[in-house]
Amino acid sequence: MEIYAFVLLAVLAIASALGMILNKNTVNSALLLVINLVTIAGIYLLLQAQFLALIQILVYAGAIMVLFLFVIMLLNVEEEEKLFDKFRVKYLLAFLLGVVIFGQILYSLGGVTDMLPEISSDMLYVGTVEAVGEVLYTEFLYAFELTAILLTAAVVGALMVAQYKVKKTEDSE
Amino acid sequence: MIGIDWYLALSAILFTIGVIGVLIRRNAIVIFMCVELMLNAVNVSLVSFSAFHGDITGQILVFFSLAVAAAEAVVGLAIIIAIFRNNLSVDITKVNLLRW
Repeated sequence: MEIYAFVLLAVLAIASALGMILNKNTVNSALLLVINLVTIAGIYLLLQAQFLALIQILVYAGAIMVLFLFVIMLLNVEEEEKLFDKFRVKYLLAFLLGVVIFGQILYSLGGVTDMLPEISSDMLYVGTVEAVGEVLYTEFLYAFELTAILLTAAVVGALMVAQYKVKKTEDSE
Repeated sequence: MIGIDWYLALSAILFTIGVIGVLIRRNAIVIFMCVELMLNAVNVSLVSFSAFHGDITGQILVFFSLAVAAAEAVVGLAIIIAIFRNNLSVDITKVNLLRW
């Protein structure tokens, strides 16, 4: 049962990711990314991380992607012209680099494949809010508070950047 | 029961797709979404390591990476809006502010 769910989710995730980078319409790319994020939330559920699965849908698919869609609609960007209209060295380099990175990751996976652990039994029921919160608010309290400061700084900085009005320079006259 | 190597392979594939997307796309917003895809791929491997090692710290790390991703998205989109105001385009090949 688990393997069927995993294969289904993995195929969906890979297909939607490929669709995202190959689609020339930006809005469609964003919607495909939403599908990808939801399938990854399903993967988290398979890994017994219920809290993270919920957070993934709430924060990523809910908040961040809405922000992306809002910006896309606000800017009303024109469609990119055909992605693969003519051969470019850039595409060849991109795919070569992709193959190299993928091969590297697979190679390092293959090297450790004998000593990889089985799913540990004491993790089966600990992906809940209680378990995450217990560690988050004790051991990682300072990091948690730093996250709050980081988010506040990000919001203030975003306001500064987005509200900046281009002043007409005096010396141009 | 599927092993951890399947989850890591999925994470590797998603990360690679994200890298290729960053390299071949010209729309700055889509490049940003590819960065989010890479962050998510890494999150998958963090959660699977956490589950298979019986240590919840990996899930806490995912929590922080989510918060950083949110902050990065906010600032990045603000920068994209600012660039769009000056250039009327989000095509990164037309932005030459930092080019020599």
